[in-house]
Amino acid sequence: MRPPTVAELAARHARSAPYAYLDERSKREVRRAILKALCIPGRQVPFASREMPIARGWGSGGLQVTLSCVGPGDVVKVIDQGDDGSFNAAAMRELIGSSADARTTTRTAEATLIQSRHRIPELPLRADQLLILQLPHPEPLRRVVSDPRRAARLHEAGDYTAAWLDLYDDEARHGAPRSGADHPVLVDRRALASPSPVPRHDVLRLSDRPHPILLGAGRLERIVAIPPHTDVRPLAFDDRPLRPEAFGGSCSRCGSETSYRVERELGGGRWECSDTDACAERRRGREAPT
Amino acid sequence: MTAAVARPAAPALRAPAPVLAVRGLRKRYGPGCPRCSPPVGERCEACGSVHAVRDVSFEVGPGEVLGIVGESGSGKTTLLRCLRLDLDADSGTASLEGHGDLLRLDAVGRRRALSGSVAMVHQDDVAAGLHPQLSAGANVAERLLAAGEREFAPVRERCGRILSRMEVGRERHDDPLSTYSGGMRQRTQLARALIRPPRLLLLDEPTTGLDPSVQATVLALIADLLEEVEGGTVLVSHDFDVVSLLADRVLVMRGGAVVEEGLTDAVLEDPRHPYTRLLVASRLR
Repeated sequence: MRPPTVAELAARHARSAPYAYLDERSKREVRRAILKALCIPGRQVPFASREMPIARGWGSGGLQVTLSCVGPGDVVKVIDQGDDGSFNAAAMRELIGSSADARTTTRTAEATLIQSRHRIPELPLRADQLLILQLPHPEPLRRVVSDPRRAARLHEAGDYTAAWLDLYDDEARHGAPRSGADHPVLVDRRALASPSPVPRHDVLRLSDRPHPILLGAGRLERIVAIPPHTDVRPLAFDDRPLRPEAFGGSCSRCGSETSYRVERELGGGRWECSDTDACAERRRGREAPT
Repeated sequence: MTAAVARPAAPALRAPAPVLAVRGLRKRYGPGCPRCSPPVGERCEACGSVHAVRDVSFEVGPGEVLGIVGESGSGKTTLLRCLRLDLDADSGTASLEGHGDLLRLDAVGRRRALSGSVAMVHQDDVAAGLHPQLSAGANVAERLLAAGEREFAPVRERCGRILSRMEVGRERHDDPLSTYSGGMRQRTQLARALIRPPRLLLLDEPTTGLDPSVQATVLALIADLLEEVEGGTVLVSHDFDVVSLLADRVLVMRGGAVVEEGLTDAVLEDPRHPYTRLLVASRLR
């Protein structure tokens, strides 16, 4: 027997409010944009962004993508800068879970659908998991080309000289790119994309992943997709590879020296993993009897 | 108007294939009408269109510098902008060695030609598309990066070398271009044009607006560099002194049309068209 489709599941949903918050037409519109985005990796696909119960720029794009993909059989995880417990993450998890009758979790391995702001979970994801990133600025050329119409023409021609020029200037004058956590990437060696402001630690982990990545920008009404096993490279000169962030110490909780860490007390020298679930998993593994 | 005056070309044992061959180039500003097609004068009385370039034809050989002189509004810069593909010519052809007719290239072909084979030095840095917030080195590197160079160290080394050659001190290579003087910006433009030796170098009033001492330095530099350019050069100027210093041949334009052409010395010493005589006389005055 074939499994029910999301539309059939939604039809069985006995509630007066629409299933998964959005009406079916809105979700179909978002799904069409997702399918198109998956066909042209790294390109920005416009969609009609709806009003959401959170402010635009606070994850409304990611939320619409999640709500358009979620079904009652899904297990949903939402993280904010790696943290499951932040107010924003908890509120969105509650909204998705309750409006779609979906189970929620904080454990990466259990989740089928992970919505994230500014981090990629550190535990390896599987092909049956879907990663959705909240994307504030989908246009990677916005720092160097102020006119959006000109930027669109440059994308069309695949002419990214302006971005290379900016990178060259940074390397020459400052010894490294000044893009911070907003470093552009070349998707499939063709399309320049902004992978949401994720740390460089995560920019370097975007390539050849077994699962799809969907990036939703609600305020600017764009969806970008990276299909599974797509080549994603940070914009960098061959002899000046992009370097990940350096940290002042290992995680004070799990002892990891390879994870992305944040300083909990500014200047106090106490570093902790930003991904709280991965940190907890490592601690659980350490404590488990052998 | 007096008919155009043509002089015989210099005798050559074997005429090399031209780098650039322009035939019947026309550019009109305005709607045009049946009365001005083909154009009969600089301005159409019926529709008000300005025929900025009228049936201009010429060739530039390898290593040759062709000077185009004429008063302001004679169509020199429009002609150059058509060759640089900044403006779409109405008719005519411009065949560039290795690219075919420049005016019929598609977007990819245009990009390939402009990042590799055609380079231009403008009379001001705004028109040149220089980036004042970026360093001089980055401005020079643009043509290399556009051509797909992706190694930082060799690009930086080449940019540094050519900027030093242009007498820009090494300690200033990483300064933003907005802190440069007019002469230094002009030299940066030259460095940018020559960082990849072009087949066709277009110089649009390269020394206009510079004070006399800086003008002399830049002119000497250009004269030096043109010795090494293997492709063709088209130099546009309203200043006969500049053209006589740099050009092998000269084309005199007036009202969008060529009125006289020939070897620079011949035109200077024996101008035949009344307008050329006026230009030469004003130079001697």
